[in-house]
Amino acid sequence: MIGKSVIRKEAWDKVTGAAKYTNDYVTPGTLHARLVTSPYAHANIQAIDIEKALSVPGVRAIVTGEGLPLTGEDLLDRPPIAFEKVRYHGEVVAVVVADTLVQAEKAANLVRITYEPLPVVGSPREALKEGAPLIHEQLGSYQKGRGIYPEPNTNIAHRTKIRKGNMEKGWAESDVVVEASFSFSPSDHAAMETRCATAEILPDGYIIIYASSQSPFMIKKLISSYFGEDVGKVIVHTPLVGGAYGGKTPVQLELLAYLASKAVGGRKVSVWNTREDDIITSPVHIGLEATVKLGCTNDGYLKAAEILYLFDGGAYSDKAIDVSRAGAVDCTGPYHIENVWCDSLCVYTNHPYACPFRGFGHGELSFAIERTMDLLAEKLQMDRLELRMKNAICPGHTTPTQVLLNNSNVGNLPKCIERLRELIHWDDWQRIEIDARTVRAKGVSCIWKTSTVDTDASSGAILTFNPNGSINLISGVVEIGTGTKTILAQILAEKMKMDIKDIHVKMEVDTQTTPEHWKTVASRGTFMAGRAVLKAADDAIRQLKEIASIVLRASVEDLEVGYGKVFLRDDPAIYVNIKDIAYGYKYPNGNAIGGQIIGRGNYILRHLTYLDKETGAGKPGPEWTVGAQAVEIEFDKRDYTYKIIRAVSVIDIGKVLNEKAAIGQVMGAMSMGLSWASRETFLFDRYERVLNPQLRTYRLLRFGEHPEYIVEFVETPQIDAPYGARGAGEHGLIGMPSALANALSVAAEVPLNELPLVPELIWRKKKGEHHGSI
Amino acid sequence: MATTQQCEMLLTVNGEAHSVIARPADTLLFVLRNKLRLTGAKPGCLNGDCGACTVLIDGGPIKSCMMLAIETVGKTITTIEGLKHSPIQQAFVEHFAFQCGYCTPGFIMNAHALTEKYPDASDDVIQEWLESNICRCTSYREIEQAVKSVLLKKHRND
Amino acid sequence: MVPFDFTYHQPSSIHEAIQLFQTLQQQGKKPMYYAGGTEIITLSRLHLVFTDAVIDIKQIPECQVLDIQQQQLVLGAGVSLTTIEEANPFPLLTKTASEVADRTARNQITLGGNICGQIFYREAVLPLLLADSEVVIAGKDGVQQRSIHQVFQQHMQLQPGEFLIQVKTEQTYLSLPYAHIKRRKQGEVGYPLVTVAALKKDGQLRVAFSGVCPFPFRSQAVEERLNQQLPVNTRIDEALQHLPRPILDDIEGSAQYRLFVLKHTLFDIITELEGE
Ligand SMILES: Cc1cc2nc3c(=O)[nH]c(=O)nc-3n(C[C@H](O)[C@H](O)[C@H](O)COP(=O)(O)OP(=O)(O)OC[C@H]3O[C@@H](n4cnc5c(N)ncnc54)[C@H](O)[C@@H]3O)c2cc1C
Ligand code: FES
Ligand code: FES
Repeated sequence: MIGKSVIRKEAWDKVTGAAKYTNDYVTPGTLHARLVTSPYAHANIQAIDIEKALSVPGVRAIVTGEGLPLTGEDLLDRPPIAFEKVRYHGEVVAVVVADTLVQAEKAANLVRITYEPLPVVGSPREALKEGAPLIHEQLGSYQKGRGIYPEPNTNIAHRTKIRKGNMEKGWAESDVVVEASFSFSPSDHAAMETRCATAEILPDGYIIIYASSQSPFMIKKLISSYFGEDVGKVIVHTPLVGGAYGGKTPVQLELLAYLASKAVGGRKVSVWNTREDDIITSPVHIGLEATVKLGCTNDGYLKAAEILYLFDGGAYSDKAIDVSRAGAVDCTGPYHIENVWCDSLCVYTNHPYACPFRGFGHGELSFAIERTMDLLAEKLQMDRLELRMKNAICPGHTTPTQVLLNNSNVGNLPKCIERLRELIHWDDWQRIEIDARTVRAKGVSCIWKTSTVDTDASSGAILTFNPNGSINLISGVVEIGTGTKTILAQILAEKMKMDIKDIHVKMEVDTQTTPEHWKTVASRGTFMAGRAVLKAADDAIRQLKEIASIVLRASVEDLEVGYGKVFLRDDPAIYVNIKDIAYGYKYPNGNAIGGQIIGRGNYILRHLTYLDKETGAGKPGPEWTVGAQAVEIEFDKRDYTYKIIRAVSVIDIGKVLNEKAAIGQVMGAMSMGLSWASRETFLFDRYERVLNPQLRTYRLLRFGEHPEYIVEFVETPQIDAPYGARGAGEHGLIGMPSALANALSVAAEVPLNELPLVPELIWRKKKGEHHGSI
Repeated sequence: MATTQQCEMLLTVNGEAHSVIARPADTLLFVLRNKLRLTGAKPGCLNGDCGACTVLIDGGPIKSCMMLAIETVGKTITTIEGLKHSPIQQAFVEHFAFQCGYCTPGFIMNAHALTEKYPDASDDVIQEWLESNICRCTSYREIEQAVKSVLLKKHRND
Repeated sequence: MVPFDFTYHQPSSIHEAIQLFQTLQQQGKKPMYYAGGTEIITLSRLHLVFTDAVIDIKQIPECQVLDIQQQQLVLGAGVSLTTIEEANPFPLLTKTASEVADRTARNQITLGGNICGQIFYREAVLPLLLADSEVVIAGKDGVQQRSIHQVFQQHMQLQPGEFLIQVKTEQTYLSLPYAHIKRRKQGEVGYPLVTVAALKKDGQLRVAFSGVCPFPFRSQAVEERLNQQLPVNTRIDEALQHLPRPILDDIEGSAQYRLFVLKHTLFDIITELEGE
């Protein structure tokens, strides 16, 4: 069962149109909301005139921002609806509720808002300049969580410091030093299902939410804490989710749906993003400006790293603080460096606000680090893979936050590099001229990632039995497309030695009846929920054996569960069928014992700690998945256009649980990474308005533009994980931007340190090189 | 609702005739989902860019967010709900050609029309057709393999 | 979702369509001709188009013609781009059409709608400009046939109430040597950074452009320069001096970069048609 390419449980629903997503549940009688959003990136709201809008037939309410609490997960800095001031283009200023979507739209178009434009902040570096406009004047007074350090009267929402070793010593030992800067603007997750939430407040006070979300349990807690609602009365349903990639972790539309429902006496209201709103109004993929300085010995051993990450958190911090901290935690990339200095800042700008994106800060930091590694290799005149191999992180080394690595908590990076070298025929050639115009080139990168989840994140599972002995598996993991729930069924089938067909997975999450799974993020679903399922299975097995021991008149220790039976280990011919005891056992005379078997299990991450404010020391996550990646391109020297020929990943996944699903996750992530790196970005005008908030102009990689993909796995088990499996849902993405940039830089013979890598960028860099200016 | 002008239209969807009351300005996607409760066709952009809403009109793929329902009176509409055990559905399942599944109904309808119309489609034709749909989860390679497996089977049966 | 209401009319003759337009206008309405609807629907969503009555011209038999009549290719304005591509009566038009939007969208986009649309690329007009096509237009004074050069100046110069019925192209143009290159910012679907279409007639190169300026065009000044007896690069450099203004400087690319791309694109076009 383990390792097999089991077809996902909801597969047939998904190919027949039967699969239901949040917006498919909008029933007749539901009211519809339309968001009125800001056309300015930074402005004072002087007046809101809703009179004309209210007169549109069918309009039930228009909700504005007055009197609402500030919200946020780490730092409470965001009004759910802008109040007095807007801080980004697309920010919600009012919510119109009407009988139909058309009426809501008509009315939304009639809400008249008077703004007084303010000077805008368009990048982290601008935000840090002396005299830059302050985006949050009240930063000092915001409520905040533990370990969050905003710097009042600046635009710094948080700073994570890494101080490891002795920098002076590091530089003294370094013979060769390189320093370079990197940047890219925010971009979008662009899940095909736009975000959507409905809310209804029942007469008895129960609040029923449906949400396309990765965090249904967080919605419940936050609505309770922001608005003083009884947490037990908030019930969140999350059906299948149409793509998320981190973009559905923040709680945003749910709050609006709740407020809207409250404004119309508790009636059910649907808040459904248009694509345009989904792109700019809802949280986005973070931008970054970085400076990296690396020093090494003449033979290529890294001795010192000085790193500055300025993450573009946008107008509000949401989880951007956490992303910037994750960037610090793994700031060096997967390399052993004894002396590290890093400041990673989450900076406010007048951009749409950022939230997690697949890779959680690692695709971002990897771009800066892996480009610098190539620059260093060039300066050393050393083979680029060799340099990486020499410095590869291994058991016995420590991470930037000074966690000591061992054989279980880190995978085998040298093995990944070795295999990559073979797969891409690295030693044959790295750059060849095909003809006068065409060059082929290869670029490589190494990746690592741990998951900086909350230190007390937990996951639970419940197993209930059916009269035929089959099992219902109930877990709080949201099925966002990763197939995690099918893998949980595989884990259970393996454990119970039963046919996976007899495991029925509850796809929907309902926070009232589903045990909590913290958030479906960070490639942690399989690990945490898998552990919970194994524990629940143990619990069920114990109960089954207890009844069976009475029925079979044998001691529990002699019994074994499997193949639909509980049997004597030494004589399997003596057994009782699970179906005959799953609901208690009935003796021929009618007496009965036992009752329905209900297995329960949970798992909480262990030994995670907060990071030290001054040095960053601490244990941020349970394990590090590592890997090596490559991209091969064909480049046109005249036009600066290129084609991605091949993309390769070798990832130490610990143990492959479902081969095709794992390969699919990695390839999908690689595709997303290549799409981002080669074309995706928000384009801002000088007022920091987003000029491309549509898929017509925010273009994603399409069919036929995909390269050949090669994915292989190394298996170094993580001892405390189910069957040794490591997280791998995000890792395929991490090294793609840097590998692509490395390949193109070699092909074009110009350093490419910005994203996205469109031909115009390469043209501009080449031109700058030849003519000294752009 | 006083200002909303509604009218009755007779639509033939998946072989069944339906009389629906809708605005002439309502798109086919809206009517399918909100009036006929056929939620298989998905809204992804309502702007013709993503293909999630693709259905077949007289056998050819159309983005239902960009067509008025009233334009389809007298035509045959096929949605994913009307596709039963087609080779393309089977192939998508076997080749893991979807993850979240949101783009899948649109992709399948387009790919189904392609394989019916051009059983010997070349790579160029496959690309020309399928670049109309966006998938954000898979790498497209899985989808390519699924479609090619159906074409290959058709070929063998010829 | 169209955030306003309109009535829908489906005339079955040219006359009926014209009448409808007038009647609706007299009723104080703001009628609009409707073909594929792709632009009307997508711009309505953004409140960039408003109408309260649409007149769908697709069922008018004349708008559905795709035929050779009296040595002319006649294309109805209501014919979809993919229908034209599949019939392939005019290979340059097939090539140009096949690069517009994506295939599913082109099942809906009509020839007339693409040419008459607001979105300024209007790529399908390029081959028609090159082939000196004639346009058949219906208005309240009846049906007229005019040269496309008269009617299409940056955009279709139609009087209120007029609509395009057909485009006619002399058969001799259909098989002329041609070239077509669409260059995008990145990727293979999307608006043009630069589109160049070319025909070679009597040894002379004809070129038309989309994406270079905020309108498609064919320019005599440019063609003259390109047809000089000079080295290719000199011809191109001179031609670029004579482009209409302004050169687009937008999210697809800067003006300077466009000129860079255009230069190479023209080079490729000329090379491809050299010796033809
Ligand atoms: C996904 C997508 C991508 C696109 N990419 C491109 C591209 O790369 N290049 C490009 O050139 N365009 C592109 N477009 C724009 C597209 O060209 C227009 O949406 C389309 O051409 C409009 O054609 P239609 O038949 O749908 O017209 P409609 O939407 O029906 O009409 C458009 C306009 O033309 C008028 N009109 C229509 N027919 C007539 C007629 N016979 N006589 C007079 N007026 C008429 C209408 O009144 C309306 O004002 C794209 C569109 C989409 C949806
Ligand atoms: S919803 Fe129709 S194309 Fe995106
Ligand atoms: S499977 Fe999720 S978008 Fe295609």
